[in-house]
Amino acid sequence: MQRTVLLAATLAVVTVVGSALAAPVDYKTPDEVAAFKPGPNLEVVQGNCAACHSSDYIATQPPMKDKKAFWQAEVTKMIKVYGAPIDDADVGKIVDYLAATY
Amino acid sequence: MFDRRDLLKGAGLAAMAATLNSTKALALDTATLPFANGERPLVKYPQKRPMIGLTSRPPQLETPFAVFNDGPITPNNAFFVRYHLAGLPYDLDPDKFTLEIKGKVDKPLKLSLKDIRKMKATEIVAVNQCSGNSRGFSEPRVAGGQLANGAMGNARWRGVPLKTVLDMAGVQAGAKQVVFAGMDGPVSDKTPDFAKALDLDHAIDGEVMLAYGMNGDDLPFLNGFPLRLVVPGYYGTYWVKHVNEITVIDNVFDGFWMKGAYRIPDTPNNSIEPGTTPKATIPINRFTIRSFITSVTDGAKLKAGRTTLRGIAFDSGKGIKDVQVSIDGGKTWTSAKLGKDLGNYSFREWKLPVKLAAGNVELKVRATSNSGETQPETPRWNPAGYLRNVVETTRVTVA
Repeated sequence: MQRTVLLAATLAVVTVVGSALAAPVDYKTPDEVAAFKPGPNLEVVQGNCAACHSSDYIATQPPMKDKKAFWQAEVTKMIKVYGAPIDDADVGKIVDYLAATY
Repeated sequence: MFDRRDLLKGAGLAAMAATLNSTKALALDTATLPFANGERPLVKYPQKRPMIGLTSRPPQLETPFAVFNDGPITPNNAFFVRYHLAGLPYDLDPDKFTLEIKGKVDKPLKLSLKDIRKMKATEIVAVNQCSGNSRGFSEPRVAGGQLANGAMGNARWRGVPLKTVLDMAGVQAGAKQVVFAGMDGPVSDKTPDFAKALDLDHAIDGEVMLAYGMNGDDLPFLNGFPLRLVVPGYYGTYWVKHVNEITVIDNVFDGFWMKGAYRIPDTPNNSIEPGTTPKATIPINRFTIRSFITSVTDGAKLKAGRTTLRGIAFDSGKGIKDVQVSIDGGKTWTSAKLGKDLGNYSFREWKLPVKLAAGNVELKVRATSNSGETQPETPRWNPAGYLRNVVETTRVTVA
């Protein structure tokens, strides 16, 4: 089971590393252009959510009536189901940002 | 795999890259899917034509719906892409690739791509459809990848029957399921790695295939190069990409992607009252029957008079018996002429000459399979937005 570490993937986006490690398949995805919208606690959100996925995952979610409950459930899912290492102190900040911004 | 500082550093770099590149790597154009918050960039990836970008990490690309009017086979460069986890094997070496068959087998195997390509090949034309296809139309809306109808495609797959490989390894008595894992994985080792299971009887039915070819070419990287599972009639979640590990087990696999995700209500029609929670669930399995008009888009303005409507239909493998079209909002229906039969798992084209009178017209299409399965008038609903197969309506203005 091969696992590509996020950092390596991210560095490949930022710098031109690929050519030095020429392998038969050297698939290059386009630059990641999606960015989080400005909002409260943006750095906390970037530091946690963007570790595993791009911001468009969030931006494309449907408009829900109860935004806070929706995003609370999503953040809980990321922690409980997908093992996101989010500090307890950051959970509320992330939920507040998401509910206020998306 | 990594510590928290790396996480933060990586995310910071990603954010920086996003800022730095925001002017030079603008999207080619945008597409608007027909539901709230449906604006998407059109994005260009290697080996792909401009596709509807859902997410960039992991890559998720939807096929622009117009492609389905070009013919029953979806070109490789237009075929949808769905990953769960962002650790893709971007640098895999096909010469070093090995497929491992292990577990409850007499003779564990390690096969190279060359070994697999030397075996007797078979081909099948089959639809692959994401479980989440059309989720954006779920009402009430649900969380998840917000797709319109373009997370499906039909291809001619070439490879070897899974049965051949399992027979070589010698499945032991008492074996119950076969588990499949691919080279893509999570970025955090806390995230459950992607793996799916099929019952042994299904795995050795001779139709389930290890495919290396797609429409006469190698698989595109993002569609599972160099080897993927093809499970005709079943949702794409089982079509494991970059598959390199097959494990025969003597129990029922309880991994997250079977036991925790991709579940549908255990009710008739696998549907429940919208907005409620199911009492019991089962793993998602076969496609529901669907049909689409491809020659006319919703909201189009058409000229009054004669025209020919075209489209596609498919089901989970019984084959399409009949496609009926209504040009009066479902009051009366006429059977369309079916196109070439490429096999029971394929898209089946249909066409029907009609005469349209001026006014606002609701076009509808409804398929029936050889087993009698047909499409409902009202949408099913389940919390993950799976299985949509309501009779689709295309609203046009005729003048």
